[in-house]
Amino acid sequence: MRASLRRLWGMIRKESLQILRDPSSISIAFIMPVVLLLLFGYGVSLDAKNIPLGIVIEQPDTAAQSLAGAFDRSEFFHPQRFAAIQEAQQALIERRIDGILWLRNDFSSRLLSGDEAPIGVFVNGVDSNQANITKGYIQGTWLAWLQHFSAARGRALDLPVSMEQRVWFNPALSSHLFLVPGLIAIIMTMIGSLLTAMVVAREWERGTMEALMVTPLRMGEMLIGKLIPYFMLGMGGMLLSVAMALFLFNVPLLSPIWLLMLCSALFMLVSLAIGLLISIVTRNQFLAGQVALVVSFLPSFLLSGFLFDIHSMPGWVQTITYLVPARYFVAILQTLFLAGPVWPVVLANAGAMLFMLLILATLVVKKSYKRLD
Amino acid sequence: MNFLHIFALARKEFLALMRDKRSRIIIIVPPILQLFIFGFAATYDLNDVPVAVYNEDSGGASREMLARIEGSPHFSVLHEISNDDEIAPLIDNRKVLLVIRLDQRFSANLQRGDPAPLQLIIDGRNSNTAMTALNYLRDVVLDFNREWQREHGQTGPPVKLEMRAWYNENLQSQWFIVPGIVGSLMLVVTLLVTTLSVAREREQGTFDQLLVTPLRPVEILIGKAIPGIVIGLLEATLIILLMVWFFDIPLRGSIPALYLGILLFLVATVGVGLMISSICVTQQQAILGAFLFIVPAVILSGFTTPIANMPEVVQWLTYLDPLRYFLVIVRGVTLEGDGFALLLHQFWPMAIIGAVTLVLAAWLFRHRMS
Repeated sequence: MRASLRRLWGMIRKESLQILRDPSSISIAFIMPVVLLLLFGYGVSLDAKNIPLGIVIEQPDTAAQSLAGAFDRSEFFHPQRFAAIQEAQQALIERRIDGILWLRNDFSSRLLSGDEAPIGVFVNGVDSNQANITKGYIQGTWLAWLQHFSAARGRALDLPVSMEQRVWFNPALSSHLFLVPGLIAIIMTMIGSLLTAMVVAREWERGTMEALMVTPLRMGEMLIGKLIPYFMLGMGGMLLSVAMALFLFNVPLLSPIWLLMLCSALFMLVSLAIGLLISIVTRNQFLAGQVALVVSFLPSFLLSGFLFDIHSMPGWVQTITYLVPARYFVAILQTLFLAGPVWPVVLANAGAMLFMLLILATLVVKKSYKRLD
Repeated sequence: MNFLHIFALARKEFLALMRDKRSRIIIIVPPILQLFIFGFAATYDLNDVPVAVYNEDSGGASREMLARIEGSPHFSVLHEISNDDEIAPLIDNRKVLLVIRLDQRFSANLQRGDPAPLQLIIDGRNSNTAMTALNYLRDVVLDFNREWQREHGQTGPPVKLEMRAWYNENLQSQWFIVPGIVGSLMLVVTLLVTTLSVAREREQGTFDQLLVTPLRPVEILIGKAIPGIVIGLLEATLIILLMVWFFDIPLRGSIPALYLGILLFLVATVGVGLMISSICVTQQQAILGAFLFIVPAVILSGFTTPIANMPEVVQWLTYLDPLRYFLVIVRGVTLEGDGFALLLHQFWPMAIIGAVTLVLAAWLFRHRMS
């Protein structure tokens, strides 16, 4: 037992020195999270503001001006006036504006005569999500103006049913509050799977793995000794990311930090096991990098619920997402940060990660008996 | 410059790439797999949003309202609850995204002409999903109102909106995302092929052998650039065919303009790849270098989130990203039906990026060799 611990300690020390002396590993663990968080935190946003909107008023009178004024004052729009609809449509075609609000010359007369006065609205639908958001903001501004307009003329707006919404956990609906916690999963995947896969594959490629095999070190000791330094590296990157999320992006953390650490440690182990497994199977840096990219980084980006809602994917894609560990961790992260420790969510997802970890660990041990081929 | 030299080197590169089974697979299989998985997975559209209904009203109007919500493909009512205490567990545990509550007087108020609120409690953990669901629901409510007022002889709101979306008339996410995948897959494959072809020779020491041949550095550079461009062209053609046939994305614009865009994009990408590989000594550094370019390039390109939403300083950065221009071209040609004239301002920045990176790469090569 004591001899085993001594061998393990020697292995950990060797691996740690190797990491410390190779600036590229340190930079991946600490510089990459900072760069990625800044990049994603500022670069990925679904909150539209200052949408360039063309407004065409064919007959400028009080009613038309007041409606256009409501759009001028809205923080969501950056309106521009066009003299004729053709000019505005040309601007829409040339991508100078994202939408058009068209008040025809009979707008006011129909409005005053109690007839339904139509407003033509065109949006560029290429980015469908943005177009939906723009549509929503236009409807919102229009409803607010209607209320104001009716009140000014001494009668309440007749809307049979109105929506009274309460948004839990993120009342302002700002997208960085859900994107930044999810990012932690992506960054840890990169450190755990990509870095580990490539570094260990390099040892196979260079033959230093074989040098280790002739030592009295047992396979289990070798694996644990390899993993512990990378585990520490990954947790360091994770703490850095959490600190940035809290203090730079002002995301609230409504759960105790130990719970977050515990779940992160579990996810880190799963990522490390995947990285190790990839390196053992490929034994080649180029291939390990490619495989890690395809099986761990891209799925954790697109299939984890980090950006796209899993519930809306086709059934067979949803089935695939159950194989993506980041799926469970993203659900935990979004809940722990924004909603607090909701135990059923935390336990179910942590249980799934634990199950994956057991399977992966078994595979790693099976695949990695000492052998030379 | 000797074209025979360049041709010979390019031929050697192709053979090296195609003889290796692993590289052959990596060029073809992952991109197609990704196109299919991500083409279906990456969607902002919502289907079957899980909803709980808390209906305290027994009138016909509330049933009519709920029938409309249930009839929409966007929502599916999973739970009916009858108690305030049931709301929090359902939302906290993500059993439902949305709880719709109709109070006792809903139908009565509606009949009397008093305001009848539809109370909504929604999970905001994913803000975009919440906002999209609310937008869908608003359409249902506005429809209901219009119908109700017509049936009861009331006048509607004095102003109504007539909305129309251009280019992507049904606002399908897939039409936006799939053309974007074409660009990002081309970026990944071309960059890796180019970067690794130099790095592998460096690591194995065969690059020095290339240098003692009669080939001049510029010829080596061009010979190394050709395989990336040719493979990129073939890959682009394959993905575009799949996009049109399999995903039914329209191809409304000028195909020559699309191919000019592809060519310029490939030249820019290969330029970046050669620049990275002239700095890197080992394959690992080359992969990391390529990765450090790919991730920001994809994120800042407008592939999944709009450039207009980024802070201004970040928006300036996006002008250095060749993918930014190429995505406008792919989406312009497929959805908007654009030709050369409308895409002019996307072509020349890529040409400049290509020229600058190639010249820099050539300089770095020569600098490193001496």
